[in-house]
Amino acid sequence: MQLEYYLIIGLILFLLGLYTCLTRVNAIGMLMGIELMLNAAGLNFVAFSHFNGNHIDGHIMAIFIIVLAAAEAVVALAVLLAIYKRFKVIDTDKVVTLKE
Amino acid sequence: MNFINISYLIPLLPLIGAAINGFVSFSGIKTRKWLTNVVACGSILASFIIACGIFYQLNLLSAEERSITVTWFPWFDFDLLKANVAFLIDQLSIVMVLVVSGVGFLIHVYSIGYMAPDKGYSRFFSYLNLFCFAMLMLVLADNLLLMFVGWEGVGLCSYLLIGFWFDHKPNAAAGMKAFIVNRIGDFSFIIGVAILFWALYSVGHPTVTFTELREHVSLLDGLKMGPYAVVTVICIALFIGATGKSAQIPLYVWLPDAMAGPTPVSALIHAATMVTAGVYMIGRMNFLYTMSETALAIVATVGAVTAVFAATIGFAQNDIKKVLAYSTVSQLGYMFLGMGTSIYSAGIFHLVTHAFFKACLFLGAGSVILGMHHEQHMDRMGGLRNYMPVTFWTFLAATLALAGIFPLAGFFSKDEILWQVFSRGADNHLYYVLWGLGVAGAIGTAFYMFRCVSMTFFGKLHTAAEHEYDEADALDSAHKVDDHHQPLTPQEQSLSITSVLVVLAVLSILGGFMGLPHALGKFVGMPNYFEHWLEPVFASKIGRLEDGKMIAEGHGSIEYLLMLFSVSVAVAGIFAAIWFYTKRKDLIVSFTAKFRRLHTLVYNKYYIDEIYDFIFIQPLLKLNDLLKAFDQAVIDGFVNACAAFGVFWAAVSGWWDWFFVDGAVNVVANATITSGRKLRLIQTGRIQHYFYIILFGLIVLLVWRVI
Repeated sequence: MQLEYYLIIGLILFLLGLYTCLTRVNAIGMLMGIELMLNAAGLNFVAFSHFNGNHIDGHIMAIFIIVLAAAEAVVALAVLLAIYKRFKVIDTDKVVTLKE
Repeated sequence: MNFINISYLIPLLPLIGAAINGFVSFSGIKTRKWLTNVVACGSILASFIIACGIFYQLNLLSAEERSITVTWFPWFDFDLLKANVAFLIDQLSIVMVLVVSGVGFLIHVYSIGYMAPDKGYSRFFSYLNLFCFAMLMLVLADNLLLMFVGWEGVGLCSYLLIGFWFDHKPNAAAGMKAFIVNRIGDFSFIIGVAILFWALYSVGHPTVTFTELREHVSLLDGLKMGPYAVVTVICIALFIGATGKSAQIPLYVWLPDAMAGPTPVSALIHAATMVTAGVYMIGRMNFLYTMSETALAIVATVGAVTAVFAATIGFAQNDIKKVLAYSTVSQLGYMFLGMGTSIYSAGIFHLVTHAFFKACLFLGAGSVILGMHHEQHMDRMGGLRNYMPVTFWTFLAATLALAGIFPLAGFFSKDEILWQVFSRGADNHLYYVLWGLGVAGAIGTAFYMFRCVSMTFFGKLHTAAEHEYDEADALDSAHKVDDHHQPLTPQEQSLSITSVLVVLAVLSILGGFMGLPHALGKFVGMPNYFEHWLEPVFASKIGRLEDGKMIAEGHGSIEYLLMLFSVSVAVAGIFAAIWFYTKRKDLIVSFTAKFRRLHTLVYNKYYIDEIYDFIFIQPLLKLNDLLKAFDQAVIDGFVNACAAFGVFWAAVSGWWDWFFVDGAVNVVANATITSGRKLRLIQTGRIQHYFYIILFGLIVLLVWRVI
């Protein structure tokens, strides 16, 4: 198995996440896109680590990313709940309050 | 009781009275009339009583000790110039105080009757008391500066009282005229004082106190000021002050106009007391005048000329008060003639007797004016003898005294002056001329006074209905009081008026005996008390003693002759006047018709007022106009140009501020606002937009990095 395969899978995951973020109006959808991109990055870390002398650093970084993603998801969902309470929707184009 | 120790009360009591009545008048408190009467008359009566006490105490002293200086407090004390508020109580000042407070008291009492219906009752008495205060300060002052305070004070009160009925314009104008004419004299007076002080400073004894002046003034002998002796200059400067106050040529013009005041004022201020201040001043400064023959000759000449000049104007006046006013000017002329002949005691003697009979005449005239419903025109009177007997007899007595009929007061004082002038003629022939003028004036006095008496009291009464009432004629017409209590026909006035008239008439009759002439005195064994009393004050002993010898050497017969002569011409004048003005009025009418121009000339007082108007007043007004035009054109123009330039400069500066300073500030502000408005459109609030921007940035970075 070569490194390129892992990188391509990571790239595909990242692009899917990016696409999701750019096209989804629903905030939870965007959150899911962000999770995809984070996981793509984690995959890249593990792959580089494996093919570069199998150091522990990349693995540690991947675990960090997972923890971070979980924390981020918690905070983001809490914010979304607050938004929902106020606007009764979670579509990002409907919760704009800036004028003009 | 030592009256000298309480002599400060003499001027202070009238001042307090003036303050009380002034307060009552000013605050408008309603008080009983008797309160004003008691305060006003009581204060001046108390002054008179104290003065009598001092007179008695002076009598107990020997003649040399009768000059007492009482210092109350230091006024100011510069290094050289020291002046105290102090009284010089001596024979001269006590005589003046007695006259001022005595006659003043009588006139206060008279005013109770005369001013009874007036609105400004307490104001009047306040002024009258204030006048008494100022006049008493004038005569009691021990130095020239304090005397000047009184001198100005009486001028002020004269102004206030002439313009007492100030809502009538001629009265207010007469007051101002008196004040301004007096101001000219006062200016000269203060210059005289300044020169005197300066001259004494230059010889090492600067002082203004009379006693010290008398000691040191001999040092000035021989001192020159330019071509003139300095003493002469001082005397003339002071004398010009006296001509203003005492209504002599050329500054007499205010006195006839001053008759606009209430009649008691005319009697007190413009006959008995204030106008004699100049005579008193010369008497006080006699040691100075004695040093200058020239100054004395000028004083005597002015006095004699005024005596005749004013008497001639008296011939043609129809206003009873105007006649008396010119008579006062004329009699003051006699006093100055006496002063100028350096027989000061005779001048002062005439001052005293004149105070009696002229006050009596004025008050009698006031009584007539009241009886005639404020009519002063003698043409519209007549026959009052039967209606107002007390006024008639007292007026007649005072007139005889004024005319110089033996043995009334005026005879002794006037003949004393004329005789002394005549005897001076041996040394200096000028005095023969002056004697001639004096006698001419005496005839004139007898004539015009009996013209006045005939027109007023003899003949038959003209009632007011016979004449159109010409308001402009009577200056007193502002005195529009409610006099309906006066019946249509004249009647005798209230007791306060008649009693005063009687007292003054008695004084006019008997007053002369205190100064019997030498010749007569020797005959009846009575010395000249008055002259003897005043002798220590006056410096010119030498002349008097020589006269005394001359009389002793048999010149007494000339004195008898002169007396007989002047009395007989006076009697002739009297009978002529009575005959002309009661029996042969047609002669007067034809005379005035024949000499119409002369009559108009005299009737219009020789057009002196008009001449002064032409020479002094009009050029002054022209100068005024010129200065006003100059002010308007140049000064105002300059100021306005400055203002216009300032306005212009302010406009430029304002434009600069508005355009550049404000402009710059506004441009910055506007730019910020506009850019903010444009830039805030970037913030859409849509997360996708931010994602795109981030992506775009990422791509740019990648492309830039790779390439």
